[in-house]
Amino acid sequence: MPMIASLLCGLIFGAGLLISGMVQPTKVLGFLDIFGAWDPSLAVVMVAALAVSVPGFMLANGRSRPLLTARSFWPTKRDIDSPLIVGAALFGIGWGLVGLCPGPALESLATLSLPVIVFVIAMAGGMALHNVWQKLQPKLRNEPAVGNADG
Amino acid sequence: MENFTPLSAAIGGGLIGLSAVLLMLLTGRIAGISGIFGGLLDFGNDDKGWRIAFIAGLILAPLMAGWIGHAMPSPKLPASWIVIIAAGLLVGFGTRLGGGCTSGHGICGVARLSSRSIAATVIFMLTAIATVAITRHVLGG
Repeated sequence: MPMIASLLCGLIFGAGLLISGMVQPTKVLGFLDIFGAWDPSLAVVMVAALAVSVPGFMLANGRSRPLLTARSFWPTKRDIDSPLIVGAALFGIGWGLVGLCPGPALESLATLSLPVIVFVIAMAGGMALHNVWQKLQPKLRNEPAVGNADG
Repeated sequence: MENFTPLSAAIGGGLIGLSAVLLMLLTGRIAGISGIFGGLLDFGNDDKGWRIAFIAGLILAPLMAGWIGHAMPSPKLPASWIVIIAAGLLVGFGTRLGGGCTSGHGICGVARLSSRSIAATVIFMLTAIATVAITRHVLGG
């Protein structure tokens, strides 16, 4: 059942990206280009998503456990540290270069477009590079590579 | 603002929010795509099934839209392979270092009112806007 739920959630998420137009890099870049022909659609997507997710997460947070699994993986980190700042800044540069973030990039694999496939391989490479880099770090931060991620 | 599509943006955004809420309510997971995908590349964990199922659903959505006559056009990417590869590397490395992307921080994290996610969202929006400003209006394009 959790697998079917995940598949359905992926499907709904994909439909949302598709209907909103956010799978199209031109649409995303139109939002980021505030000095050009600005397209505020992405801001409407965020506000509409939050209008559903804010009350939804309040409901989820009040429950002792999820409906289909034993425990929830609610992020626990609180502090705004330098990996968060540097990581978000680097992600923004890459996002601004082509207009693709991870969701639309993976969804666009459905078109079998070669540039998208190359982008996703490079993205996986960047993630793998991060994992290797983190393992090479001296054990200053005793945190697992994946468990504490925010999203 | 001739490209502004508020109605489809609101419907699509609502569905994205619904997906994030359902995934948390049903399976207890955050719908952060970089985290879901990144977890597949980490050999230490054995919870890959739900990750594959979610991504399969994500890819299935445009295929199903195609079956009912709304085929998704191929996304328009820059001509330069170097730019595409550099952008992919930055998105992959940056999202893992920063612990999330547009979905995990921008929607789920902001919805949880997490100060980390609000900070991350402001930062990646600003660097993305600066990147577009430089590539389109300073370097020309």
